[in-house]
Amino acid sequence: MSATAPAMPAPAEPAPLARLREVTKRYGPLAALDRFSLTLRRGEVTALLGPNGAGKTTAVRLLLGLTRPDAGTAEVLGRNPRSSAARTAIGAMLQVANAPDSLSVREQIELFRSYYPRPLATAELLNRTGLAALEHRRFGTLSGGQRQRVLFALAICGDPEVVFLDEPTVGLDIQTRRQVWSEIRALAAAGKAVLLTTHYLEEADALAHRIVLIERGRVARTGTPHEIKHSIATRRIRCRTRLTAAALRELPTVTGVEADRDGVVIYAHEPQRVLRAMLPLDETLSDLEVSAASLEDAFLALTHTR
Amino acid sequence: MIEAVLTAKPRGPGAARLHAALKELEYEFIRLMRTRAYSLSVLGFPLMFYLLFGIGQRSSAAAQYVIAGYSCFGLGSACLFGIGLGIAFERAQGWLELKWASPMPRLVYLAAKMAASAAFALIVMGLLIGLGVTAGSAHVSLTQAAELAAILLVGSIPFTALGLLVALIVPPKAAAGLINLVYIPLSFASGFWMPVRMLPQWLQAIAPALPTYHLGRLALGVFGLASGAHALEHWLVLAGFTVLMFAAAWITFVRSEAKSP
Repeated sequence: MSATAPAMPAPAEPAPLARLREVTKRYGPLAALDRFSLTLRRGEVTALLGPNGAGKTTAVRLLLGLTRPDAGTAEVLGRNPRSSAARTAIGAMLQVANAPDSLSVREQIELFRSYYPRPLATAELLNRTGLAALEHRRFGTLSGGQRQRVLFALAICGDPEVVFLDEPTVGLDIQTRRQVWSEIRALAAAGKAVLLTTHYLEEADALAHRIVLIERGRVARTGTPHEIKHSIATRRIRCRTRLTAAALRELPTVTGVEADRDGVVIYAHEPQRVLRAMLPLDETLSDLEVSAASLEDAFLALTHTR
Repeated sequence: MIEAVLTAKPRGPGAARLHAALKELEYEFIRLMRTRAYSLSVLGFPLMFYLLFGIGQRSSAAAQYVIAGYSCFGLGSACLFGIGLGIAFERAQGWLELKWASPMPRLVYLAAKMAASAAFALIVMGLLIGLGVTAGSAHVSLTQAAELAAILLVGSIPFTALGLLVALIVPPKAAAGLINLVYIPLSFASGFWMPVRMLPQWLQAIAPALPTYHLGRLALGVFGLASGAHALEHWLVLAGFTVLMFAAAWITFVRSEAKSP
């Protein structure tokens, strides 16, 4: 992923702007979050990554004050997220199926600006989100990507300290996605705390200072994209071999085996030990290739969805 | 336009709230006006009915009756479709959630919807009076018009409460049909279309149990066309109905909030 180098690591431990502490939230018998903790810091992009139903949206809704925790606390700027001081410090881009489609882009932005005490200028917002040429278009006539940009503009229009972006680039073409990425980096550079939920692992890798892997309402792992990749220390060995998958799984440090076209892919912590064991067992071993696992591989290995 | 009134740049919390409220009202009104399915039917139906049934009335009293009745009908459809349907859709599409995540004062959201709907009701009333006085045989004094307007404004509160409850319990795709299904018979049985004493006996018996009947009596009272109960009694029924609807809406909302993931 050298083309999309990870964002620079943030300075050590900047001040927390928002946090969930040991939060439990139940819907009926199901715990959407189970003693879940999360800290959002100034100048940092935190990516909340996990499979569907893992509790990402619940975490966001708690920090937005849209729902209350059953146990634990949710805080924004040290206050209840429902307090007006906290709410004027928050901007959110949520997944919205549609907006009142008879208002124009400019009208929609001006309406949301009126909610905040110190909003950004409308012209600046239109320029930053590439909407200047579309300002008089009605929301209903916009394409999916254009709508996403309007929603992004609404999230940042109040110049908030904490920005929540729930799947911000879903449905965007590559070019627009890169634009949104650079805007997200600019938010962090301006000292905002950004929480990003995404299904695009590449996106978390490219943007996040920290990744929080969430699985069944708990923190499965947390760290920089680099740490996440290395914490499971997985290497990927691709080769052609006569050995069966069952036999390969018995080899030292192997964590997974899967068929791949005419060969096989082995995931292992220490590839040199695996190869040392394989070579005497199979003299036909060929097309050998050892590489670091991608973030996607690490993610899937950690969340057991493979 | 409203912006020009509030020119002061550094706003205090009170002024900021007022600014947000006026902005919300302005854009809610624009939204409704541009939503043709709404503006055409809310403004169009009472006018069309007036042209069909009101314009030929020879007596001023009959023409006044039609003005009062159709104004109430207009208020009901403005509120139920503007608030009930409006909130139901914004809720289903995730828009309401986005607004609630913003610092928009929550009361402002409902108040703006109520005021915008009431504004439509006043436009309906104005058009009806204009038609009645110029093309019809109605005599309406300025005092009477002001009194009727005041009753419609206050009357928008119970309809807002009902609209809110509808928005919370009715599936959004079915909302328009269900509102029509309930509201047309309700307005008929409440005497918006013709005097209650001309309705079938069993409907006459039910009418006093309907909140809309009491609103109709108050509107007719402006022209001295409602005999019987004292105005205070009608206001009390409407107040009780409002409290009941808001309470039911609140309970429904709290329950749905606890369930939604």
